[in-house]
Amino acid sequence: MTAIAAPPAARLGELARQPVLVAAWIVVALAVGWALFPQLFTSYSPYTGDSGASFAPPSADHWFGTDRLGRDLYARCVYGARTTLTATLLAVVIAFGLGTVIGLVAGYFGKLWDNVIMRVVDVFLSIPSLLLAMVVVSVLGYSANNIALAVGISSIASFARVMRSEVLAVVNQDYVKAAYGAGVGRLAVMVRHVVPNSLSSVIALAALEVGTAVLAVASLGFLGYGSPPPEPEWGLLVAEGRDFVAVHPWISILPGAALALVVIAAHRISTSLRKDPRR
Amino acid sequence: MTEDPLLRIDDLTVEYKSARHWAPAVRGASLRVEPGEFVSLVGESGSGKTTLVQAALGLLPPSARQSAGTVHYSDVDVTGWSDRRMALVRGNYVGFIPQDPNTSLNPVKKIGQQVIEAVRFNEKQKRDAAAWKEAALESLRTAGLADAERVFAQYPHELSGGMKQRALIAIALAGKPKLILADEPTSALDVTVQQRILDHLAGLRVDLGIGILLVTHDLGVALDRSDRIAVMQGGEIVEEGPVAEVIEHAADPYTRRLLDAAPARHTGRLEPATGTRAEDQPIALRANDIEKTYRLRGRGRRELRALGGVDLEVRQGTTHAIVGESGAGKSTLARILVGFDAPDAGTVHLGDRELTGLGHRQLRELRSDLQFVFQNPFTSLDPRFTVEKIVAEPLRAFKIPGDRRSRVVQLLEAVALDESHLGRLPAELSGGQRQRVAIARALALNPEVLVLDEAVSALDVSVQAQILQLLVDLQGEFGLAYVFVTHDLGVVRLIADDVTVMKDGAVVESGPAVKVFEAPAQDYTRELLAAVPGARLAPANVRLGDCRV
Repeated sequence: MTAIAAPPAARLGELARQPVLVAAWIVVALAVGWALFPQLFTSYSPYTGDSGASFAPPSADHWFGTDRLGRDLYARCVYGARTTLTATLLAVVIAFGLGTVIGLVAGYFGKLWDNVIMRVVDVFLSIPSLLLAMVVVSVLGYSANNIALAVGISSIASFARVMRSEVLAVVNQDYVKAAYGAGVGRLAVMVRHVVPNSLSSVIALAALEVGTAVLAVASLGFLGYGSPPPEPEWGLLVAEGRDFVAVHPWISILPGAALALVVIAAHRISTSLRKDPRR
Repeated sequence: MTEDPLLRIDDLTVEYKSARHWAPAVRGASLRVEPGEFVSLVGESGSGKTTLVQAALGLLPPSARQSAGTVHYSDVDVTGWSDRRMALVRGNYVGFIPQDPNTSLNPVKKIGQQVIEAVRFNEKQKRDAAAWKEAALESLRTAGLADAERVFAQYPHELSGGMKQRALIAIALAGKPKLILADEPTSALDVTVQQRILDHLAGLRVDLGIGILLVTHDLGVALDRSDRIAVMQGGEIVEEGPVAEVIEHAADPYTRRLLDAAPARHTGRLEPATGTRAEDQPIALRANDIEKTYRLRGRGRRELRALGGVDLEVRQGTTHAIVGESGAGKSTLARILVGFDAPDAGTVHLGDRELTGLGHRQLRELRSDLQFVFQNPFTSLDPRFTVEKIVAEPLRAFKIPGDRRSRVVQLLEAVALDESHLGRLPAELSGGQRQRVAIARALALNPEVLVLDEAVSALDVSVQAQILQLLVDLQGEFGLAYVFVTHDLGVVRLIADDVTVMKDGAVVESGPAVKVFEAPAQDYTRELLAAVPGARLAPANVRLGDCRV
């Protein structure tokens, strides 16, 4: 009677022994907090600044300093989290949802389905995803939502690939054959056995994709494909400091650091999810 | 005793690190091997026998520690020696033969190089390449590979399992050790190959005067071969002594139960607890002239003929065993019988309904009368499903009316489990319990025929004994017909009414079990029967199902 699922208390104990993982969760939680309740984290407005206090370096008053128009950069980062993270979440949901279904159909029904779907997926994988996203945004028009859509579409292919390979592995398991043997229909076997047992790797990929998507969304924002300037957005914040990097480096560096931390944290969490205890 | 024992283990305790504390895997075990002695260490899975050997070799995994006791080789205390110093002992003094020959050789290196490596690391003086090669060839010959030059130039994948195991023996012998530790060296091999390998090991002992410590789960093998045996249970050595003494008067109750559970202990067929066995029953399942050829991918597009014109008849309420060594095509046949695979030619009939050529949907209709039990209970149950959901799945699939939960409980009781197991996940069950859950699932629809593909092969003998008795009892109660696929003739004797012996995709011999066992018509059948270990176990009149260990 070994390998009984650990009770929650023991799991927390295990977590405590991985300080980096704890830190990663804190970073992500903080970023989500910023996005949901920005007013709890700062009293400054992200839009109006004090023109007398432009280019102030980081201080107790202005943690991240101020920009060209004297706007508090920390406030702009906090409010920017909503734009960036909403777009990210939307992108991952699109990629996860469509990619999983496509991979499942290819892996489970095989043969012609598999061949046709996977060749299309190969074509998509061969195009650099940022380039693909830029093309999609250019067609749809510049906005935060379209960025999300574009980033999502550009990563459907990788989700489809991972899901397909997982499904192929699970379909050959004895318990799937046993379910057929028990008289369970094809679709029911898919829903009851194949999908739940295939998802763990895809979920880990989704966590990883959060990091990548934050970066892609910010990159497109940086390049000016997203919301127009007064709107705070992490990529845009970095872009706004671009002209002053030599003299006022914090304008680019601090929002950039926030961005980097979220990406690294998402990556760390993804790694921990990949270690599925059942395997 | 003039000489010191080759290996002396005293009061050895090894602990594994678990979540918060150290859990002992070996507790105060003592063991010795004298020069020229063949000692067997017997135990079921999880008894700590492999850990004991690893500790003796200084090869414990990082998560384990030796917390007490000493290991002496010829009166030299090696306890606490560094890995570097132990490396000088391993190979030179003690050779190790690992368990699975299929994974223990480096697949990208030729056999010759791997043996030369073992020779080189154990030579004190430097020699030229030709001398090393000669030493390696010599080692391969000593290991029983007559065509040493050819094997020398081959890669592991070009060799059969038995030849790979011999190559591993050659590697173990390369350093001219005084002692050989063999951890289940033949468990992954066919019986006839196992017999040859063990014969050879026993011969080496006589020729070279080395000591052998054989670790095995197979009591029959241990008793046939050794001078002394030690029985391990739960990390302790519970019985130790000369073979004859252990067979006659085993002091320890666990050892006695283990002896009684060994298939070789029983000659006749098992009797069901209730009901009677059927005679002259109509045919429940019939296969006619089944052919199956696999096309192998890769170079040359070779074809592998898995089955060539196989016939089989299974009478209602009886057990028909299909026996053969690996590659005989028995599993392919089993899969065709239940419609998991389609034959290239030939037909399968369940009663008067033809199974072959049916589509997915029509085949599904037949499932309620024809069920399958897989070899490995660790992969045949969905890890995310509770026992209740697993057993209820066929009921749900066929929309059987009535209280499903109570039916599931009833089924669990039929396989000697109970209500308390309903909410468990497979990971929380032992191997034997899992296989019982799999059988309960197969019984859920009251099938006429149950096809069991090596259904007890992955289980410990004591658990195997319980499952076999359970199957016989269920047959008596419900009038089931079994197709029992196995490589283990000892088990067949206990359960089969009819036997079909297969080799290379063809039927060698088929007929009533009594006839095939008592008067085999074919040489191959005789060879198989002779290779079954456990000849020294006298039959005892014990009911196998009572051997609860």
